[in-house]
Amino acid sequence: MNNIMIVARRELGSYLRTPSGYLIAAATLLVQGLLFNTRALGDGAKLSSQVLIDFLRDSSGTTTVAAVLLTMRLFAEERQSGTLVLLFTSPVRESEIVVGKFLSAFVVLSLLILASAYLPALIFVNGKVSIGHIVAGYVGLLLLGAATLSLGVLGSALARTQIMAGVLSAVFIFMFFLAWALSSVVEPPLGTVIAHFSLYEMHFFPFMRGLVQLSDVVYYASLTYLALLASTRVIQSQRWQ
Amino acid sequence: MIVVERVSKYYGARRAVADLSFEIREGECVGFLGLNGAGKSTTLRLLSCLLLPTSGSIRVRGLDVVSSPHEIRKLIGYLPDTPPLYPEMTVSEYLEFAGRLRGLSGADLDKRRARVSGLCSLDAVARSPISQLSHGYRQRVGIAQAIIHGPSLLILDEPIQGLDPVQIVEMRNMIGELRGEHTILLSTHILTEIEATCDRILVMHEGRIAAQGTEEELSAKLRADRALVLEVRGSAEALRGALAGLPELRELRIDAQGPEIVRASLRVDDALRERVSSSVVNAGLGLLSMHTESSGLEAVFLELSRHAGSASSSTPDAAPEPANQVAP
Repeated sequence: MNNIMIVARRELGSYLRTPSGYLIAAATLLVQGLLFNTRALGDGAKLSSQVLIDFLRDSSGTTTVAAVLLTMRLFAEERQSGTLVLLFTSPVRESEIVVGKFLSAFVVLSLLILASAYLPALIFVNGKVSIGHIVAGYVGLLLLGAATLSLGVLGSALARTQIMAGVLSAVFIFMFFLAWALSSVVEPPLGTVIAHFSLYEMHFFPFMRGLVQLSDVVYYASLTYLALLASTRVIQSQRWQ
Repeated sequence: MIVVERVSKYYGARRAVADLSFEIREGECVGFLGLNGAGKSTTLRLLSCLLLPTSGSIRVRGLDVVSSPHEIRKLIGYLPDTPPLYPEMTVSEYLEFAGRLRGLSGADLDKRRARVSGLCSLDAVARSPISQLSHGYRQRVGIAQAIIHGPSLLILDEPIQGLDPVQIVEMRNMIGELRGEHTILLSTHILTEIEATCDRILVMHEGRIAAQGTEEELSAKLRADRALVLEVRGSAEALRGALAGLPELRELRIDAQGPEIVRASLRVDDALRERVSSSVVNAGLGLLSMHTESSGLEAVFLELSRHAGSASSSTPDAAPEPANQVAP
C-alpha cells in the first residue's frame, strides 16, 4: 500500500507540474461547456431531466477521451525517457506500480469530472431535476472513467510511444463501444452475451437515467480490475523480452 | 556475492550474451570492458533484475533472479546508461522519491539524502529542477539515487560516458570513495578508465567473456595468446625435427601449404622468437616468412586501445597514461 502511494504521489506531482495535465483539463471542460449549451440545452423547449440525460451522455464521451489522454503517458513516456528503469530496479511490485499510476490518473480524472458539476447546477436556473439523478449520473461517470482509465493503462503498458499508447487504448475502448452495435446483428443468446460487454448503452445508460444498479457497478469494477491485472502481467512479461 | 552460470540472453532471435559464467566476490570492484554491442549493458541489466536470462542461472547472495527478484532489488543500486531522471522534479525531491521507493522514510531518509548529496557534491543544486542541470550533474544525481539506500551491490553502466575531463576525474574519485562500502560493477569501453578504478576486469566480446583477471594477468594472457606463424620451404617432418630442439614450444601445428611449402603455427615466449628462426635456417630449411598473429582477445584490446587513444587525445588531462598500457 505504501509503495502504491509513493508511485501515485509522484505521478500526481507530474500531472500538476507539466502543462499537459492542465491542457487536458481545460480542453475537456471547454468542450463539455460547449456541448452543454449547444446539444443539452439546445434551442427548443425541453424537459429538465432530458437536459440532464443529454448532458450525461455527452459527458461520457468527454470523460472517455480525457481518460485516454491522461493515461497514454503513464508507461509509454517513462519507457521513452528511460525512467521506468528506476521503478523496475526498486523493490516495488509490478502490481503496485500499475495501481499507483492508475490511482493518480483516477484522482485527476475525478477532479475533472467533479469540476463539471456547475453545468447540471445551471439547470436549476430555469428548471428542476432531482439531486439523486445528478448524483447517480456522476457515480456512473466516475465508474466509466475508472474502466476507461484502466484500458488506457493497459494501452500504455503495451506501447513504446505515447501516440501508440493512445491509439491502442482507443482501439480497446472502441471494441467495448462496438459491442452494442454488434449485439443487434448477432442472434441471441450470443447477441445477449455480447450486449452485456457494452461500455455505454448497456451499463452507462441506467446511470444516465438516474438508476444505480449493482450489476452495472460490478461490470465497471470487474473491467477495471481485469484491465489492471492484464497491465501488470504485461509489465511482468516485458522482463523476459 | 554473485554467481553467474551459463547465462544466455536473446532479444527475439538476436543473441545479446551467450554462455556467461563468472563470480564476483563481496567488496570487489569489477569492470566490464568491451566495445559497443559486446553485451556489457545486457549483462548489467540481467544482474540488476531488470531483465531475466533466457537460460542459465544468476544468484545474488544465494537468491535467484527469477524466483526472488524483489529481495535482490533491495540489495542493488543501479545506474543505467541513461540516468533515470524526472526532469520536472528538483534534485532533493527526486532523491526523496528514490529513497522512499527503496523503503527509506523519516529521519533515515533525511540522513541518507544529506549524506549522498554531500558525497556526490549535489548540495549546491538540491533545489534546482533536474531539467536545468548539466550532463555532469545529472550523472551525479544518477549515482546518488543508486546509493541512497546504501546497497551492498552498486551497478554502474557507463558512468563516465559523456563527461568532460574534469568530471571524469571527479567521477573516478567518487567511485574510489564508494569502493569500501559497496561491491561495485561498472562497464566502460575506455581502457584507461577501467585500469584506474577496478580490481578485476572482465573483457567482453560479441556477447561472451573473452578474458578475465587483473590488469597484469590480462597482459600475460595477451602475450601467451599470440601465435607465431612460419612459412617454410621444406617438409613437415624436417620442420618438426628442426623445432624439436626447442622444448618451450607450445601448441605446434604444421599444415602443408603447397608443394614443398609448409605453414607452422606455434606459441612461444617473445624472447625465444630469434631461436625459432635460427633453428629453422640452421636445419637447412628456407624460412619464407615469420609473423605473429593476434588472438581474439588482442583484437578486442587493439580496438579498445584505439578508442582510448582517441579519448586521451581529446582529454589529455584526464587520461595521461599510455593508451595501450595493457598491450605488451
